Amino acid sequence: MPDQLIFGMEVVLNGLMAGVLYALVALGFVLIYKASGIFNYAQGVMALFAAMTLVGMMEGRVPFSHLINAIFGTEIHHFGWHLPGLAAVLLTMLIMVALAWIVNQLIFRHLVNQEPIILFMATIGLAYFLEGFGDMMWGSDIKKLDVGLPQGINLMIDETTFNIFGYGFFIDNLDLVATGVAALLVVALVIFAQYSKQGRAMRAVADDHQAALSVGISLNFIWVMVWSLAGFVALVAGIMWGTKSGVQFSLSLIALKALPVLMLGGFTSIPGAIVGGLIIGVGEKLFEFTVGPLVGGATENWFAYVLALLFLVFRPQGLFGEKIIERV
Amino acid sequence: MEKETQMLDATPRDETLLEVNNIEVIYNHVILVLKGVSLNVPKGGITALLGGNGAGKTTTLKAISNLLRSERGEVTKGSITYRGERVQDLMPSDLVKKGVVQVMEGRHCFEHLTVEENLLTGAYTRGSSRGEIDADLNMVYDYFPRLKERRKSQAGYTSGGEQQMCAIGRALMSRPETILLDEPSMGLAPQLVEQIFSIVKSLNEEQGYTFLLAEQNTNVALRFAHYGYILESGRVVMDGDARSLRENPDVKEFYLGMSDEGRKSFRDVRSYRRRKRWLA
Repeated sequence: MPDQLIFGMEVVLNGLMAGVLYALVALGFVLIYKASGIFNYAQGVMALFAAMTLVGMMEGRVPFSHLINAIFGTEIHHFGWHLPGLAAVLLTMLIMVALAWIVNQLIFRHLVNQEPIILFMATIGLAYFLEGFGDMMWGSDIKKLDVGLPQGINLMIDETTFNIFGYGFFIDNLDLVATGVAALLVVALVIFAQYSKQGRAMRAVADDHQAALSVGISLNFIWVMVWSLAGFVALVAGIMWGTKSGVQFSLSLIALKALPVLMLGGFTSIPGAIVGGLIIGVGEKLFEFTVGPLVGGATENWFAYVLALLFLVFRPQGLFGEKIIERV
Repeated sequence: MEKETQMLDATPRDETLLEVNNIEVIYNHVILVLKGVSLNVPKGGITALLGGNGAGKTTTLKAISNLLRSERGEVTKGSITYRGERVQDLMPSDLVKKGVVQVMEGRHCFEHLTVEENLLTGAYTRGSSRGEIDADLNMVYDYFPRLKERRKSQAGYTSGGEQQMCAIGRALMSRPETILLDEPSMGLAPQLVEQIFSIVKSLNEEQGYTFLLAEQNTNVALRFAHYGYILESGRVVMDGDARSLRENPDVKEFYLGMSDEGRKSFRDVRSYRRRKRWLA
């Protein structure tokens, strides 16, 4: 087999792995969009906040320590304990649920029946607030996150591919875990949205707030539930990205990569987020591999957006998005 | 006046379920929409709320079902009681649990959900078993056979009449006692209007549901209802049982488009001699 082809295969595989991570972020967007028609600009920051909180919990950092030290002239930074990964994940999840509740109480409860653009602006405000709040709470340094997920080259794949092609593929264990987790999440979320009572109510709320109210669905409950779910997805995405490249501000920017993923997959489709993520992941790696050398590289930065633009022109609802039903 | 209302009503079986007492509604803190509306809804009856555009019919229904708040409206005076219990501070979901459900003007089906899923969301507030819900689903399909044929289609792709049936069916799924039906005739062909009203009538007679319906089509509404209230710019200007309203010369002229002297030219139209009605 020619070297180019084998190398190409590895590129595709790596693209798939990167795509899974994009999809994880995109999933959070889809959930909130589906249930409230809100494009949640703060989703990326939520992932960052979740990851920061997780690190803070595990290392026993004192929240707001800089603030406290500045005001009282103390020198406290750590409680002096270390929490095991699982306990910290559970605690962080509780905090994300609390965050969902607070966000709903303070912001979205008061914006029922408002234009989508107003809700969108509210999430931009939320994003900046949460970003600053996270920094104030846990400090803005780059943090290392290790909840005990396997990392490094997967030797089995390396060995098998070496035996077949005479060339070992480099696949990170963490990416494999991320793939498994993402698949599980999607299956669970699809079943929840399609077949459970609360999932049906969630879709009903997305279609028509007023009608949902009129049949006795509590918007507050559904919204807190959905924001909690999105918080959970953000936590998972935060763990994966944080483990991979450290918990730092740039984590919140991956949210921008989720945008083309959403345009491809459709804003309202949970499987669409995954397929969109995979297409973008593979597409951008393959494009860089094939066309990159011809145009001088750095195609990864724009490829996804150009693809998204094309989709906006020819298929605005995305691959799996709900058709916009318009009765005349 | 209240006493007279009671006496006028032909059917003595009534126990008053819903009592609206002199309510005033203000939107956005400045726009006064209802200026003292009072009405009684007896159990097991069909009560009609009539009037032209902007008379306050929908606002009255939304004030009762507590959907006003999400539109920045507020009941500032008066009281609304259901079975003698004050209900105006409840959440809409609590009111549904008490047995009062609204079918909104313009259907408002969940477009991307199938017809059957729409109906199932109606049962959201109930903790019933799957079996009971299935039984109710069949009951709805018995009254609206058309919905059974379309059960797997997305509601957004069904016709206006089917959507109206879907909205009524969805309300039935909450096992209500009282249904607030807002403008069921809107945008439908006369034949369909007739069909929907006769289903409402049979639901009322066979299943004992109480209806309060807001309607512009005075003619149809007064044929099917037992009692009617006529609203005009936020006030009740007239009320009476359906037959007496149908025969009232003012109603005939201004709402039914008939008069004793046959059709008239616009030049001869009298100015409205409104029967004033003041409540404390």
